[in-house]
Amino acid sequence: MNYAFEWGTILRAWPYLMQGLQTTLLLLVVGVVLGIALGTVLAICRMFGPRPLAALTTGYVNLFRSIPLILTIFWFYIMMPGVMRVLTGDPNLTVGPIYAALAALVLAEAAYFCEIVRAGIGSVRSGQMQACLSLGLTRWQALTNVILPQAFRNMTPSLLNQTIALLKDTSLVYVISMNDFLGAAVRIGQRDGRVVEVFIFVAVVYFVVCSAGTWLAGWLQKRLNPGKA
Amino acid sequence: MNYSWDWLIFLQPSITGEGAYGYLLLRGLLWTLAISSLSWVLAVAIAAAVGIARTLDFVVLRFLAATYVNIFRNIPLLVQLFLWYFVVPELLPTAWGTAIKRMDPLLNQYFTVVVGLTLYTAAKASEHIRSGIESVSAGQKQAGRSLGLTTAQSYRYVILPQAMRIVIPPMTSDFLNVFKNSSVALTIGLLELAGATYQLSEFSAQPFEFFAAATLIYMMITYTVILLMRAVERCTRIAGSLGAAS
Amino acid sequence: MYRIITKLLLAAALGGFAGTAHAEESPTLEKIRAKNEITVGIREGSLPFNYLDDNNEQDGYSWQITLRIVDAVKEKLGLPDLAVKRLMVSPATRIQLVANQTLDLECSSTTNNTERQKQVSYGNTFYIVGPRLLVDKGSTIRNWTDLKDKSVVVNAGTTAEKLLRTMNSEKDWGANILLAKEASQGFMMVETGRADAAMMDDTGLFGLVARSKEPQRWEVTGDFLRKEAYGCMLRKDDAGFKEIVDETIAGMMLSGEMEELQKKYFQQPIAVKGGITLGVPLSDEMKALYKQPTDAAYD
Repeated sequence: MNYAFEWGTILRAWPYLMQGLQTTLLLLVVGVVLGIALGTVLAICRMFGPRPLAALTTGYVNLFRSIPLILTIFWFYIMMPGVMRVLTGDPNLTVGPIYAALAALVLAEAAYFCEIVRAGIGSVRSGQMQACLSLGLTRWQALTNVILPQAFRNMTPSLLNQTIALLKDTSLVYVISMNDFLGAAVRIGQRDGRVVEVFIFVAVVYFVVCSAGTWLAGWLQKRLNPGKA
Repeated sequence: MNYSWDWLIFLQPSITGEGAYGYLLLRGLLWTLAISSLSWVLAVAIAAAVGIARTLDFVVLRFLAATYVNIFRNIPLLVQLFLWYFVVPELLPTAWGTAIKRMDPLLNQYFTVVVGLTLYTAAKASEHIRSGIESVSAGQKQAGRSLGLTTAQSYRYVILPQAMRIVIPPMTSDFLNVFKNSSVALTIGLLELAGATYQLSEFSAQPFEFFAAATLIYMMITYTVILLMRAVERCTRIAGSLGAAS
Repeated sequence: MYRIITKLLLAAALGGFAGTAHAEESPTLEKIRAKNEITVGIREGSLPFNYLDDNNEQDGYSWQITLRIVDAVKEKLGLPDLAVKRLMVSPATRIQLVANQTLDLECSSTTNNTERQKQVSYGNTFYIVGPRLLVDKGSTIRNWTDLKDKSVVVNAGTTAEKLLRTMNSEKDWGANILLAKEASQGFMMVETGRADAAMMDDTGLFGLVARSKEPQRWEVTGDFLRKEAYGCMLRKDDAGFKEIVDETIAGMMLSGEMEELQKKYFQQPIAVKGGITLGVPLSDEMKALYKQPTDAAYD
């Protein structure tokens, strides 16, 4: 190995890299918040909704889980402006790549979050729903006041793990030339002919953040289920 | 928006004269299948070794296996792929690095993707194998030992035959993940299905048709694999275990 | 998601009102007025046309043209506070982004040709280039026919990619095609020995050589295959906006301002890697173009 490292590139490009990091965080936060919200709605529709709605939700979840996220991102990136213009009737509407990426991430990740929420609701013993109904609560009250709070507690580790998966997935917006953390780093590395240093740096940052998240998820899991190792 | 649909576009020759659009799209599909099948087979083999290592009493081995899993699970696949493609050849001894870079470019890209995808997938899959092994009750392990079986024998005859059946469903989803994740190959210039779709939709200026076709292909293959693996599951399930109820 | 949809709907409603108040003959201008915002394309490393300099600032010959056109739009619409939104594009994404009307204007290093005119329109040509090859001085590649079994990197989505694919299938050049996302990535692949040559527009190649760690190591070779005209991309069939773009560029050419820009970016040091000089003189063809501005493509 006779590669001469030169780490100064990263320091000089620091402000630019931080801009990229902001984009990544934006994608992550919006993806997690809206993804869990939509995922929960989907899960409820699938478990408690009328049959046609449940079937529709199942179809949605299966569709987004069977195509690559990259393809979903491409779809939204190319098609969303035109489709949104038809939907809103506004010929001047623009949808920047960031919105296309957000829409793709939220809709695709919601399918994964839906499965987690479904498992979470399933983990609450079914007798509780009947108990609530016999106490005179409506199904909706039972769901929001009794079932979901317990379900969310049980599925916190899974949600955290999916959040880490989402953080890793945000790097895929590279394919539409967005300036997320990875995109910014690649640009700087290529501009300065220092891709080796830049990629190692990026890998270390992702590794530290994701490892911390994985460790936290494992710790929570142990706390919630002290019986199991 | 005035979009003029043209579903016969797949029969038309590409503007680059490389063949019909449909043929170029199928070529992308073949790359996707070639990447995902080899990566999955290799990943299952590595995952089995790593997963078993993590359940053994040998501390060094357990530590090494855990380190591998932690590193490869916690870095985005795309970043790992870039490390293998752009960084590793520069850090190897010059002669090796040059040899790698001077390979046939298509083969080079193919093997790089396979290496990246295999190691990423194996890290995840090894967790499934480990929990499969752990789900076989500890009593059986002890029973094996009290019968005088060595560790290798108890794994071979008692634990693994049961664990392997338990891990069939997670291994199926691992294959589907590999199949979808193989699309990262386009970032290093290997035009698999998703990459070919994007390129051809621009060459032809008919993006809807190409994206619809690619989506259908991905869905069809996913469902075929799910149905196939369900059949395998049915044939191999253990009578009396919970899985048999479904 | 619902929040985004609501926001989009609101924006759409507001945009609709503003649009009807000032009817323009140009959809792009109408949109710009409605949103008080123009979206323009930027590039990371298209030297010396549109690039990020040492201070992480946008600069370049085409970037200056972009700014001049934005000024003309401000004046025409009477919008001195017009917001300028910059969007980073790559060769593979830029045409889609203009075609789906995310971008209002893209001036970097995009070839105007009849095939692309099916999707977008072009303003007056601002530079004339031609595809050539960048190789190591010691390389055996001297011309196009030497490419047999060699690895050649092109930028995905460029005219060079299509030309190389076409030549491979029609003239049997037999080159192995590698795809890069940006010019700088393509150069890196030649520099690290992954590709034997990079095929790109000649000026872009001169930029890469000037910026490289060892400029004396590289050479631009191969016959001038054909001329290509760089133009600003805008939405298809928008005569009103195209008129502003064309007039601005023609005005810059006839006033001598464009020649000054050519000197500044092609012949004098630019703020990249602490100051590099491309050393590309003004060709006779370019001189003729400056005297007689045109939006004609070469094919």
